[in-house]
Amino acid sequence: MKENWWKIFASVLVLYSLVGGLLIEVPALPILHESIRNLYYHVPMWFSMILLYLISVIYSIKYLGSGSINHDLLAVESVNTGIVFCFLGLGSGMLWANITWGDYWPNDPKLNGSAISTLMYLAYLVLRNSIDEEQKRAKISAVYNIFAFPVMIVLLFILPRMTDSLHPGNGGNPGFGGYDLDKKMRLVFYPAVLGWMLIGCWIMNIRYRLRKLEDVDNAL
Amino acid sequence: MKKLLSFFVLILITLRVSSQEIEMATGLRSSGKIYVVISVIAVIFIGLVFYLFTIDRRVKKLENKE
Repeated sequence: MKENWWKIFASVLVLYSLVGGLLIEVPALPILHESIRNLYYHVPMWFSMILLYLISVIYSIKYLGSGSINHDLLAVESVNTGIVFCFLGLGSGMLWANITWGDYWPNDPKLNGSAISTLMYLAYLVLRNSIDEEQKRAKISAVYNIFAFPVMIVLLFILPRMTDSLHPGNGGNPGFGGYDLDKKMRLVFYPAVLGWMLIGCWIMNIRYRLRKLEDVDNAL
Repeated sequence: MKKLLSFFVLILITLRVSSQEIEMATGLRSSGKIYVVISVIAVIFIGLVFYLFTIDRRVKKLENKE
């Protein structure tokens, strides 16, 4: 149980954000109304995805240095888990967009950027499956991953800031860090982000261990 | 005179708009039914966490066998 403390910590944080996110008072803003609470649930999905992709790229770099197959497995399972969070973010975002912006997919640079980066990471998984030889697959996909990560950051955080975007914090819009995110909201938002990030790492950890067991089975 | 009148009308309209209340889920809160929703969400999440723990344990068992 001692080594599992962070899993319990993560669960408690997310549970707190689920309960607090619905009960704690939020500022009454036009258009958003109660849907501002989606901030506690939609945004942590993306933050978790970015953390998992970051872990993935770190292990890809490590793999190129060490050649250890475990590093490669960690990289691929991070992306596998990150993709799940990405689709959860996309789905929840589309529902929210339909209510506040009037369309499931308004022509917003951040949305289109996220679509491209999703395809990029799906391509990473396809690329892996297309190469049979283990060392070659690991090396090529590690290099691809190192290129994909900065492009994802540019598509999600830099390009939307340079044009008009519906998302807060982009294209001259004030971010939630400005006047919208008041003290009470931070109290729920930050624990939610940390909690979901840890849950993402937990799922990734389980997938990695399973993959390692499969790998041992295949080698026998 | 006409100008002044239209000015006052404009002020009245802006006052009306600014005093419009933003609709929040006060009904659900005052009737206490929001707590039902919250407990449902909590039950689902706690169930999922327990499920995740059991999967974790099963993997550990497999690892110990190796």
